[in-house]
Amino acid sequence: METLYLIFIDPFVQMAIEPAFLAEVLIGGLMSGVMYSLVALGFVLIFKASGIFNFAQGVFVLFAALNFVGLMDLGVHPILAFIITLGIMTALAFAVDRLVLRPLVNQNPIILFMATIGIAFFLEGFGESIWGGDVRPVRVGIPDTALFWETGFGEILVLSSDLFAGVIAAFLVTVLALFFHFTPVGRALRAVADDHQAALSVGIPLNNIWVIVWAVAGFVALVAGIMWGAKLGVQFALSTIALKALPVLILGGFTSIPGAIIGGLIVGAGEKLFENYWGLPLLGGATEEWFAYIVAMIFLFFRPQGLFGEKIIERV
Amino acid sequence: MTRPGNILLGVKDISLRFGGVRALTDVSFDIHEGEIFAIIGPNGAGKSSMLNCINGFYHPQEGTITFRGQQRRRMRPYEAAAQGISRTFQNIALFRGMTTLENVMTGRMLKMQASFVEQALYLGRGKREEVAHREKVEEVIDFLEIQSIRKTPVGRLPYGLQKRVELARALAAEPELLLLDEPMAGMNVEEKEDMCRFVLSTNHELGTTIALIEHDMGVVMDLSDRVVVLDYGKKLAEGTPDEIRGNQEVIDAYLGVSHD
Ligand SMILES: Nc1ncnc2c1ncn2[C@@H]1O[C@H](COP(=O)(O)OP(=O)(O)O)[C@@H](O)[C@H]1O
Ligand SMILES: [Mg+2]
Repeated sequence: METLYLIFIDPFVQMAIEPAFLAEVLIGGLMSGVMYSLVALGFVLIFKASGIFNFAQGVFVLFAALNFVGLMDLGVHPILAFIITLGIMTALAFAVDRLVLRPLVNQNPIILFMATIGIAFFLEGFGESIWGGDVRPVRVGIPDTALFWETGFGEILVLSSDLFAGVIAAFLVTVLALFFHFTPVGRALRAVADDHQAALSVGIPLNNIWVIVWAVAGFVALVAGIMWGAKLGVQFALSTIALKALPVLILGGFTSIPGAIIGGLIVGAGEKLFENYWGLPLLGGATEEWFAYIVAMIFLFFRPQGLFGEKIIERV
Repeated sequence: MTRPGNILLGVKDISLRFGGVRALTDVSFDIHEGEIFAIIGPNGAGKSSMLNCINGFYHPQEGTITFRGQQRRRMRPYEAAAQGISRTFQNIALFRGMTTLENVMTGRMLKMQASFVEQALYLGRGKREEVAHREKVEEVIDFLEIQSIRKTPVGRLPYGLQKRVELARALAAEPELLLLDEPMAGMNVEEKEDMCRFVLSTNHELGTTIALIEHDMGVVMDLSDRVVVLDYGKKLAEGTPDEIRGNQEVIDAYLGVSHD
């Protein structure tokens, strides 16, 4: 009885008693959710355009952040460091296309997947040899003050850095949406994602498209890396945290950009809520690490294509 | 009404195998400038495979394909498109997430001269080009009478209209050779009549050479200048519609119905 009460009643009683705390938990969760969304977005872009599941996307986040912080530690201005890192990520996209994807084109997807695992480990090691393995704080001048927001039901504490991250992410997603819908290249990208054969028949060069997609994914990774780094410092655990994008993808669907964004928000908010209202009182905490994966597994049973994914139909 | 134009596309001794399946065996024919050329034959005869060879989706193990005097053994779809070969598919292959207008715009992709970067960033030249291409696309949309569905996502259109949008996308590229894989399959009588009219006006008014696959013999006889008949991947006959109609082997193959 006692346990049932703790599971089904008490959490909601707590939420009702202290709505301000609930709001804080939610906001905190949504903010980390935004980060998951960004990483998941990188996965979706590449998966949609080339059908490749890029295991290295998480490491891209780390690698981009490492380069960015490394350059800044050398005294490079943040904006310049951003541009240079963007160049590095684009060069990386080229290298991946030439050295890995083209030689393996038409191979079984599992082989390409293995190749991206290779890329992931290579980049992780390569990043460490160049920049070392220490945790590096990111100081891009994002203010980290606590803002107090007076509401009818109490005071809510919001970190300005969280707010900042949310705004940047929203901006990035808007820019990407505009790019996809209103430019010829965006149209070509969507065409490739929709139907490879038809895209080829109208003369869209798949190879160029792949480079662009990987570069865009690199750009998204860079933004995610900087924001995450600003919160946690740049450390190698970033690439593991980035793997949270997997449950996000299962929730949102592997081919849906809105799915990646909303899936990220759900996972972010869900794990914080669970941790605070169920995990801590019942299990002693530390549920954030696995909560998302359990939800994803349950999801797999009932809706394997995700919330927004297209129905999974074997292609013939 | 055979028009003895120059040879636009020459197919010579093409053989294509998938493992043990012989999809095409030693097939040869020429398509002349300005004609409507029909490829007919029972299901599984290798008609679609032939079109796939012509636009570079499949690479025949033997034989050559010559387009505008240039011989190609292995051509990629991108190159075929760049040289002026457009096509539609037996199973509609539209970009389902896009509107009619966007689908037709993709047909202009190769005509865009601005660099990919200019296009991506939508800078000066990229933007001017977009406007010019929009005009051409609107012409095609008017030509095929699909103005009213310009902004409709193609996934929502009825089958017959989807086929028409696919044709519009192919025409937007201003092709020299248009490949149509069963453009009228699955259509009702009225839709068929429309499509026939569009195929004819494409040929007459735009001067586009057309190779089409079609099952409806009435349609084939009405539309085409010349016909090639495939059966089990081999060429059974070639000639004017009248010659084909009187050919006993063809009659047998057809009355023997489909192979699969
Ligand atoms: N991609 C492919 N892989 C394996 N076999 C194929 C492929 N494409 C066509 N075939 C085979 O080639 C033969 C001819 O098919 P197709 O060209 O589609 O015929 P048609 O269009 O005349 O109906 C069939 O036996 C078909 O199964
Ligand atoms: Mg066919």
